[in-house]
Amino acid sequence: MSETAEWPLWEVFVQAKEGAAHQHAGSVRAADRELALQHARDTYARRPPVFSLWVVPSEAIVASAGRDREELFDPADDKVYRHPQFYRVPRGVRGP
Amino acid sequence: MDDTQFEARIEAGESIEPKDWMPERYRKQLIRMMSQHAHSEVVGMLPEGNWITRAPSLRRKIGLLSKVQDEGGHGLYLYAATETLGVSRDELIEALLDGSAKYSAMFNYPTPSWADIGAIGWLIDGAAIVNQTMLTDCSYGPYKRAMIRICKEENAHQRQGYEIVTTLARGTETQRRMAQEAVDRWYWPALTLFGPHDADSKNSDELTRWGIKRKSNDELRQWFMNRVVPQAKAIGIEFPDPGLHYDETSGDWRHGPIDWDEFRRVLAGSGPCNRDRIEARRSAHEDGAWVREAAAAYEAKRRERAA
Ligand SMILES: [Fe+2]
Ligand SMILES: [Fe+2]
Repeated sequence: MSETAEWPLWEVFVQAKEGAAHQHAGSVRAADRELALQHARDTYARRPPVFSLWVVPSEAIVASAGRDREELFDPADDKVYRHPQFYRVPRGVRGP
Repeated sequence: MDDTQFEARIEAGESIEPKDWMPERYRKQLIRMMSQHAHSEVVGMLPEGNWITRAPSLRRKIGLLSKVQDEGGHGLYLYAATETLGVSRDELIEALLDGSAKYSAMFNYPTPSWADIGAIGWLIDGAAIVNQTMLTDCSYGPYKRAMIRICKEENAHQRQGYEIVTTLARGTETQRRMAQEAVDRWYWPALTLFGPHDADSKNSDELTRWGIKRKSNDELRQWFMNRVVPQAKAIGIEFPDPGLHYDETSGDWRHGPIDWDEFRRVLAGSGPCNRDRIEARRSAHEDGAWVREAAAAYEAKRRERAA
């Protein structure tokens, strides 16, 4: 058995149709970026709908830790002025 | 975070993610279950791959080829999901190759005729779907997401298998007999796929408490019976089960007693093909070593040039 080090990990993002956002599908291990794309295609794009694929080295991803959730996202709860309902429109006017 | 808070999260139906705190037992149980599942997908390719070159028509060949490729993909989804729990892919593969890892006992049975491919797709993949559909609701995020992908692909496998068995069952007398004999071989293994009866299952309570399993082994087995018995009747195939009967009061198809000794014997590695399967995996791994080495060398060279 060979002693080659484990291939790096890549995260795979799939765009289901033109113009849509790429969504995380899973990960693959591959020696380089071209092979990562090939493996991503073989693993996550065997059936449509797939319009395009991204592979990103997993170590390049910076994620918020689960336990940061409250400090990081709670303050958004009381920013009602970010929502359209916060602003008043004269009675009978439609549209805005 | 402690056990009580963790159980409250499970209770609330939250999804547990890799970086979240989890009890060591939860992690261990998941690694055991998910790696076993990953290995089963990979070893499952072997009895079927055996028939790719001898498929009776081009339609059958492309169908089987793509099914086997899907199973390889399922193995990869699951290895990737298992890795999020802190084991390395190498450790997992190593355990499979040195024979210490467990995988589904069914794959230690041989596939002597083309009809076995039909029976496996219909009954084994059919049983696997029942199990996997339950797991799409599992508390561990990466496992759940892998299961959702897998389930989308499994239905094609089951229908492919059922079509093969149907075609043979409606063919000549020899073909019909081939189909029946294959079903005779795969019916009982399919029933054991759900694991021991609830009363004898040592892991079940814990797995249910943690939201890993949402249904018991016996419930799943019953669900499977109710699906496949009418399918068998529709094509004039019989199950080799003298105890099989319809329960008027509950509206369920009941199976007869399962021979668990046989199941345990095969699981412990004395199945007809146990050694062959591991040998085949090992030589595939060794034969592919030069590809892995070449890919690593190519990337090392590219980095050197770029530096
Ligand atoms: Fe599968
Ligand atoms: Fe399958």
